[in-house]
Amino acid sequence: MNAIMSRWLDDSRVMGIVFLAPATLYIVLLVGLPFITALLFSVSTATVGDASFNYVGLRNFAHVWQTPAFRDALVNTFAFTVVAQIITIVLANILAQLLTAPLPPRRSARIGMWIARMLLILPWATPLSLSVVGWLWMFDSKYSPIDYILREMALLGPDTVWGPANNLIWLGKPLLAKASIIFVHVWRMTPLATVILMAGLSSIPTDLLDQAEVDGSRFFRTLFQVKLPLVMPIMLISLLFGFIFTFGDLTVVYILTRGGPITHTLTLPMYSFLVGIDGGNLAQGAAVSLFIFPVLLLVAVVLLRTASRAEIR
Amino acid sequence: MATLTTTPNAVQGPRLLRVLRGTLYTTLVLFFCLVAASPFLVMGVVTFQTDQDLYKRGASPFDYEDMPTLEHLDNLFNDTRYLSFVRNSTLTGIAVVVVTLVLSLPAAWALARLTGRWGERAGILMFIVYLVPPTLLFIPLFRIIVQLGLRDSLLSLILVYPSISVPFSTWLLMGFFKSIPPELEEAALVDGFNRYEAFWRVVLPLARPGVISVVVFTFTLTLHEFIYSLVFISASEARTLSTGVPTELIRGDVFFWQPLLASALLVAIPVGLVYNLFLDRLVQGFTLGAVKG
Repeated sequence: MNAIMSRWLDDSRVMGIVFLAPATLYIVLLVGLPFITALLFSVSTATVGDASFNYVGLRNFAHVWQTPAFRDALVNTFAFTVVAQIITIVLANILAQLLTAPLPPRRSARIGMWIARMLLILPWATPLSLSVVGWLWMFDSKYSPIDYILREMALLGPDTVWGPANNLIWLGKPLLAKASIIFVHVWRMTPLATVILMAGLSSIPTDLLDQAEVDGSRFFRTLFQVKLPLVMPIMLISLLFGFIFTFGDLTVVYILTRGGPITHTLTLPMYSFLVGIDGGNLAQGAAVSLFIFPVLLLVAVVLLRTASRAEIR
Repeated sequence: MATLTTTPNAVQGPRLLRVLRGTLYTTLVLFFCLVAASPFLVMGVVTFQTDQDLYKRGASPFDYEDMPTLEHLDNLFNDTRYLSFVRNSTLTGIAVVVVTLVLSLPAAWALARLTGRWGERAGILMFIVYLVPPTLLFIPLFRIIVQLGLRDSLLSLILVYPSISVPFSTWLLMGFFKSIPPELEEAALVDGFNRYEAFWRVVLPLARPGVISVVVFTFTLTLHEFIYSLVFISASEARTLSTGVPTELIRGDVFFWQPLLASALLVAIPVGLVYNLFLDRLVQGFTLGAVKG
């Protein structure tokens, strides 16, 4: 009996199931189940105090949809994500070109590059909530070091372009607050996008680049006609990560503005938190966060498809 | 980085042009470095400033008129819960690393070797699960955690964090396992090991670099995570670094800026160093196979 049992266990298909079962079970319980719970909450009246299930159909979604704050959150989430991704991918391409450029064969150049890489990776390596605290100080309404530098450059203060006030009050004005949030997202995502692009650039066969050079192709022509098309699938992967991390992010807005002034920087995750956890209305909170799902699914499918098609070609 | 080749291509063209190009290159790189590091540089300056130096309107925020002081670091370590945040984060991190390895090592091996064609699809599914953001699940999970009586307990985080780290780690380890030649495992089977022994004694030791990457990735992930920690834990003694620093070191409208920024810097430096060492491997996890879908 024991021998039969161990023979049966030793089959590769059985082993596959045995090995895959714990992780699968875990993911079903901690991703699948909560997701279904979110769906159920969104069609019920669940609150923190009361988890009894009263089916109310799509009333939560309808109610949320009519709330002006929700509309602001929806528009802002899209605007922040799209604008931040466009800027990030441009900067990351420039940075990746800089960092993969041939270095002079000196030891100081290699050490310099190591330090540069360390500094450039910091925004992505540091826990976001901690580095955003740093930005909170950078954007401080009275003591902002950015304002000081602008004053020194005679751009801010009495009789200047952005004057007459001595401070810009970054997080207190709608447009500046939005710009600050986008800036922090770009600051944080550019390192990741850059290293992903660099991995893509380094996987380009060198004989292709040599061939381009032999054919008399100059820097920009090689860049746009050889390198970028070849890096495209990996660039889409980095866009995918950037889009999803920015779209679902709560940290930046939570620490910098909490959605303010009024609702000018409110995002879906922030609104979902305010309604569901702070306000205790689990049902509507879940309804708000579910708006994130179809968008992310769509982006993931489109980008992965495009990436795999580009690979085949 | 492997890509930093030192071909003599850079030294071409007339000398003036070369110098100009070199200067432009250095300026651009320096500019990017400065912007990337700016909050950390400012943190470094502020940490040692006295209150008089820090809160002087209009004056340069980078100047030291008074002697630099260690008072705020002393304050951070002795009068705040900072060390307790560090301890909570470390404990959570270690526990999550263990759970993640136990779940993802066998799963990755199964997906890489044992399950054939649908294993590949399951692998892509894993990748998609990794993309599910915590913002989508925090409300139902909050309810589940309350129901389980795990609110304000680090166990809540140890239970939930692997839902982010397991998919990514499985994905990363799959790549490592696929690169191990099947002949090695077959040789072990011929030698009389069963498949489980072969996995444990032959495959795992070879996958050590992958395991190390998973440990680094998972640990830093638990340091980074914000939403679950914010929602599940509101007792200050159970807070972790990512939520403890921005919530507990700010009292109402009063910001204790020097300890606040010092605490952020003290985490940023070691994590930055470790990331720099493991960067290439982590990037592999982000790109490997993802383009071959």
